[in-house]
Parts: sequence; structure tokens; C-alpha cells
Amino acid sequence: MAESMKKKRSFDLSMELIVGATLLIVILLSALFAHQLFPDGVDKIDLLSRLTPPFAKPEHPLGSDPLGRDVLARVVAGGRISLLIGVTSVIGAVTLGVTIGLIAGFYRGITDMLMMRFVDIQLALPFILLAITFIAILGGSLINTIILLIVSQWVQYARLVRGQVLALRDREFILAARAIGVKDWRIIVQHLLPNLTGPVIVLMTLNVANNILLESSLTFLGMGVDPTIPTWGGMLAEGRSYLQTAWWVSVFPGLAIMLTVLGLNLLGDWMRDQLDPTGKTSL
Amino acid sequence: MKESSSDASSLIRVENLTVAFGAEKVVEDLSFSVRSGQTLAIVGESGSGKSVTSLSILRLADISGAHYLGGRILFESTKGEQDLLALSQQEMRAIRGKEIAMIFQEPMTSLNPVFTIGDQIAEVLQLHEGMARKEALAEGVKLLKMVRLADAESIIGRYPHQLSGGMRQRVMIAMALACRPKLLIADEPTTALDVTIQAQILAILRDLKDSLDMGIIFITHDMGVVAEMADDVVVMRKGHKVEEQPVEAIFTNPQHLYTQTLLSAVPKLGAMNGEDFPKRLPVSVYDEAGAHTEGELRVQNTANYEAAPLVRVEDLVVRFNVKKNFLGRPTHRVHAVEEISLDIYPGETLALVGESGSGKSTIGRTIQQLQESQAGNITFNGKRFADMGRGEKRALRQKIQYIFQDPYASLDPRKTVGFSIAEPIRTHGILHDQELIEKRVSELLDRVGLSASHGRRYPHEFSGGQRQRICIARALASDPELIIADEALSALDVSVQAQIINLFMDLQEERGLSYLFISHDMAVVEQISHRVAVLYLGQIVEFGSRRQVFENPTHSYTQNLLAAVPIADPHQRIMMAINEADIPSPIRAVGNEPARLSHREVAPGHLVANQ
Repeated sequence: MAESMKKKRSFDLSMELIVGATLLIVILLSALFAHQLFPDGVDKIDLLSRLTPPFAKPEHPLGSDPLGRDVLARVVAGGRISLLIGVTSVIGAVTLGVTIGLIAGFYRGITDMLMMRFVDIQLALPFILLAITFIAILGGSLINTIILLIVSQWVQYARLVRGQVLALRDREFILAARAIGVKDWRIIVQHLLPNLTGPVIVLMTLNVANNILLESSLTFLGMGVDPTIPTWGGMLAEGRSYLQTAWWVSVFPGLAIMLTVLGLNLLGDWMRDQLDPTGKTSL
Repeated sequence: MKESSSDASSLIRVENLTVAFGAEKVVEDLSFSVRSGQTLAIVGESGSGKSVTSLSILRLADISGAHYLGGRILFESTKGEQDLLALSQQEMRAIRGKEIAMIFQEPMTSLNPVFTIGDQIAEVLQLHEGMARKEALAEGVKLLKMVRLADAESIIGRYPHQLSGGMRQRVMIAMALACRPKLLIADEPTTALDVTIQAQILAILRDLKDSLDMGIIFITHDMGVVAEMADDVVVMRKGHKVEEQPVEAIFTNPQHLYTQTLLSAVPKLGAMNGEDFPKRLPVSVYDEAGAHTEGELRVQNTANYEAAPLVRVEDLVVRFNVKKNFLGRPTHRVHAVEEISLDIYPGETLALVGESGSGKSTIGRTIQQLQESQAGNITFNGKRFADMGRGEKRALRQKIQYIFQDPYASLDPRKTVGFSIAEPIRTHGILHDQELIEKRVSELLDRVGLSASHGRRYPHEFSGGQRQRICIARALASDPELIIADEALSALDVSVQAQIINLFMDLQEERGLSYLFISHDMAVVEQISHRVAVLYLGQIVEFGSRRQVFENPTHSYTQNLLAAVPIADPHQRIMMAINEADIPSPIRAVGNEPARLSHREVAPGHLVANQ
């Protein structure tokens, strides 16, 4: 039975890897080389051909927006900021949240109490309130948007990881490591961290999509990046008022977000399976 | 052997049952039958298919993905004879719990923690018997009295966590018997319980079988329990029935080689009478090639009592706070260890025996510095813990190693076993060169009977016995002087257990290791240890050489403990008046200190607590 399970797993694993990685590489490369792919310009306004439907004119294969800008070019270019914000903010939040969750869960006591009270306070604070305060003090910019997203989201990871650590720290293999005399930081890095990657990866992939959309609401409120720079979230918001007449303005950036999240999910699943030698799916 | 299978008066007849999970057949061509008033024991080691058989009778196996490839299970239900395999899950639900009931190994997880005992018993009666709630609760009290729970009226209002393990298992039996089932399936019902509690539960089951005239299918790995309970025995191995005989015949005249080796591997209490030292016994191993004997018989005279003790424990006290008042001051404490003193000499195996709550594991954990003590001293090689610096205490974890009960739980599932074995070497900087570390790991794997290539695999790829060997290899890696084995054999099958006992003894002979052997299994302790300390509620009630304690048990608790051990011989059933009392809880209110026992020396080195 073990033999057959293993075979099945390695098949699934390669499918997830191939599809997920291909999707992400295509999206990433086209975003990076958007200006080479579309030398005519991503921001070129052509009011004469505004709101061209898709597949109607060869110069606008996916149609054009209310200002006559090419939807395809903007979707491709929009990936730059959206991916940058989505991915870096999640990586930042994971690094901060996982570290604090590990320390709080492992050492318990006063460290844990102080950290978790702080986490609770922040969780109780509405995001918009935090965002307005933050941007009002520091001003809106790409870096500040990323920092804001990190600050608002690390708490989720801290809570999640702390809970996992509390369950793991009394398991016998952690006790066994202590009995051997393994130093605390090695127990944390070598034994605890690898055993809690599953749920963290799942939360990460979900949050990338979330952050791409949050960026657009920040831009909408005038707090995010420069509104003239194309982003998926921004395009989605712009296209909303034309949904009845020109669906393509918002559907294509939405599709781009969906494919990115799908790619990340597949890759995340693959990574989780890779990290778990038993091949059991936990969460 | 064939006659019983075709007996017309049988309550349930399993005919040529074959069960598979995926492509793998876990039970193949199995037949047996049970009459009313008969107890059939199904015995086998892990992977024998005994539990799948019982789950198939209840049709619970197909819910978790099993397929029935063939055979019939004919049950004499109130509606006449029915083939359980042909029924729908809907129809099965009317039989489950009403006509066939089951009790499981773990009584805590089988009871729902958020409902009272009364709620849960009443639910069964309301569902199957259509009783009103009030009526059902009254019947519940009767049922609890039937399983000899003295205070039934108050227990009915309590929650599962407020009861001890033995009480919970009795509640489970009461629930199983609520609808007066014709057939009771008991799957390892006493494995998680202490021996004295096990003896109580077995006695209750035996009496109820007679008074209710039910058939019992008793699934167990413990030959002692088989001898105690069964009328007939089915021995299973790897999904096949290898032998079926009445209980006397199984023990006196086992036909199949496998049954013979299984019986020879069971340590028998009293087998070491007249021996001064523990003995390494040859083990018979059964594999596809047949049975053969491995290893030599050797007297284990390794203990050096002339030398200074390796470890000296003096007046150790360990308590845990369990309840606090609103100011955060403790109001109740677990008195896990109360002024215990003992020495461990080089090359000696000192056994700590006792039931749950006796503090035996806490002593081990305190010596391993996994637990803080409140008072007392521990000395290692002449140096007190209290006088040691941080570095010295850390170095001590090289000299003392700990082996846990569950080898699977004590290995990191995400690390190769090679990594786990190398961990003590790296941690204490014994070797630095990667190649030398790998070489050492291969040697260790080889020493415990595995091969070097196993180091690249993960814990889930091994069997229970192999995993415990890995844990032993890890313990040896730092070249320790003392190994604390905390119930290290209890999770293993008997045949594997016999091999691991010998491995422990061989290593002791080679390296002069000392063991602190913590166990509840009296027969194993009798075979392996030089000296024995019997613990009860955190205090030593009897302490002496193995021979003194086992051949001349003087304290009444030691006598009870020995009498409650089921012997693998149907002619030696437990005849003592079963003590109905539960093991008292070691939790006490602050200020209510337990009385300290004083000891008298009945023979040189044989200490007994005054009663």
C-alpha cells in the first residue's frame, strides 16, 4: 500500500509543480518585460478607440479601457506592482509573524503574554483605521504600502504559529531533543519550524491574493501607489463602473489575479507535500 | 477445529471473510463462530488484522475505506439470521449498539467530553429503546451499578474528565450493555489501564457475560489476558488465521509454530524464581522460513556494587500546581514524588514499578533535567546537580539519555532517522567531520540490528520495533553512562519486546551501561532488573533486589500488584478478591501533606514501608 501511495504522490506532485511554476514564470516574465513586449506604450491614450471590445481590433487584442489604453498591455504591466506588493508584503509578514509566534509559543510565560496581548490589540483595530493613520503620518508610497500590509498582517501568522507551537512543544520528539541537550534555538529552527510549514503556506497563498486586492482599495482611497501606475487591483476598481457595458476592462485583470493565485496555490501545495515526508495532508 | 465453525447454535458465524484496503488484503479467508455465553479471543500482533475483523463485523471498516472481497458474516439477530455484509449502513445502524455493542481501548476518546455520563448513557437508551429521558436516566443508574460503580447516582451527573481511566472504561461497558446486546466486541479494552484496574474490568466482564448470556469477541495482544478470559482462541498473523483451539489447548499444546514462538516470547511472572541475577534468554523468531532461536542464554551479572553509585537521589520532592485561586496562588498540587531516595550503581538495571500516578516517570524526568524538583538532591558521579554550572548540566545530557514509550512520537517526523541519531553527536560536539559522523551513525544502526542505508529514511517508513531500535541508537550515540528507559517496551509486540530486552542486556554487557527502567509490566521487570523499587503515590513502598521483591513481596501493595498480573496460563486465573477501590489521586489541597512512610529493613538491602 505504501508503495502505491508513494507513486501516486509523486505524480500529483509533478503536475502541481509543472502547472504552478509555468503559470507563475509566464506571469512574472511578461510583467518584467512588459515595456519590451509592448513598445507602443502601456499608458498610451487613444480616445478614438475607447472601450473597444476584445478581439475586434488587432492593436487591442483584449480590447481597450475608457481612455483607449490597451487592456492586454496594462494587465501585463500591472503584474509588476501587484506581484511586488502581494509577494513582498506576505514574505515580510511571514518572517515577522512566524518569528514572534515561535518565540511566544516556545518560551510561554511573560514573553508570550505580552506579545499575544499586543497581537490581540492589533487584531481588534480595523484595517482602514490603521491604514489611514499610518499613511497620514508616513505618506503614501509603494514602500509604505508594503510596510502597512506587513504591519497589519503579521499578527495572523503569529497567532497561527503560536497555536501550532503550543501543540508541538509537548510532543515527545521535542522533549527528546531537550533530553539530548539540544539548544533552544536549534529546537526552534530544526524541529519546530519544519513541522508547522503546512498551515503557514496555506495562509500565505491566500494572503497574496488578499494583498493584491487591498492595494487597490488603498489606491482607491488615495493612500496606495501613484494611481497612474497600472495595477491589477486598480484596474479592477476602475472597470467596476463599466461592468454593464464593457466587462473586459475588469474581467481580464481579475483573471490575472486568479491565475496568479492558482499558480501560487499549486506551488504551495507542492511545497507542503515536499516538506512532509509522511505524505499526509495536514490542513 | 472445523466443528465449531459449522455449529448451528452459533450467534455469529464469520465465513471466509476477506477484507482489503485498496489492493492490500488485510484479512484473508477468515472463519470463526461465537455462541451465546462464549468468549472468543482473537489474538495477534500489530498488523494481524484483528481490529479490522471486529470493525468489519460492525461494518465500520467500510466507512474508513475497506472493501469486502468475499465471505459472509451471519448474525442471529432478532429478525432471524442476517448476513451483515449484505445489509445497508441504514439497516446496520439498528443492529449496532443494540444487538452488537463494542468497547474500545481508549475510554477517554470514546466518550464525548462535553456531555455528562448520564446524557451519554441516556442517549443510547432513548435512541434504541425509545425510553423517555427520565426513565433512561434511572436505567443508567442501574447499569452503572451493574458495572460496580458504587456511587452511581452522583457519577451520572459528572463529566468524563472527572472520572479515572478505570471508571471511564466501566462507563463504556455500561453503555455498551445498555440495550442488552447479544454480542459484545471488546477491542483491547484493558490495554490502557493499570494491572489492578485491568483485573477489576476483566472480572466485571466475566461476570456480566454469564448473567446476561452474551457472546464476547475479545481482541487482545496480551496472552495473559487471553488465559484469563477466553473459552476459545483464534490466533491471527498477517490477516490469516493460523490456529483455532480451546484456551487450554492453545497454552498446553499449541499446534502452529507461530503460536509456539508467540507463547515462548511472553515473559512469565515467576519464571525467574531462584535466580539471583537477570538473565538474557534466547528468543525464538518466526518468519517466512519458519521458527528459529536467536541469541544465547547468559546470566547478566554486570552490576558493580563495590563502586560508588553513578546516580544518587536523596529525598527528592516533585510537585506540580494544578489549581490556582483568583490571586494566582496554588490551592491544589499533584504530589508526584515525595521524598524518594535511591542509588543507581554502574552496570546496574534499577527498575521503578508502579501504577499511574506513582511518580515513576517524574523521577526519570527529574534526573534527565526535564523537570524541576522542589527539594532534595541528585548526585551524578559524585557531583550534586545543585553545584553544577550551566555547561556541566548540559554536558550531563550527554552522559544520561532518555528513551520514551512511543518511539514514533519521539522521532521528528520531518527528519531522517540518520539526522536524529546524529543529533546528540552534533549537539555535544563529539565529532565534527561530516564523514565521521555518518560513519558513526552507520555503526550505531548496525549495532541495533538495522542497516546503514536505513539512515536516509524517515520514521514513518519503519515498524514499531525498528523505531524503538532507532531510538536506542540515538541514545547510544553520545556514549552515555545511564539510559533512562521510560516504558520503552510497552508499545511493542511481545516478540519484538523480547528482542529489544536482549538488545538492552547486550549493550549493558558490552558498555557497562546503567539503566533506570521505568515500567508497569511486572514480568518484564522481573527478567531485566537487578534491583526493583515499587512506588505508590510518589513514595517507595518496597525496595530490594529483584529476587527479594518478587520472591518475598512483603508490602501488601506489592503483593496486590503481583497478584493482579494475568499469567499466560488458563489454570492460573486470578483468584484473589478483586480490590474494588480505585487508585487514589495524588492531587492534594495545599497544606494537606501526605504522611511520609517510614521503612524497615526486612533483609539486607530489602526495605519495606511500615503500614
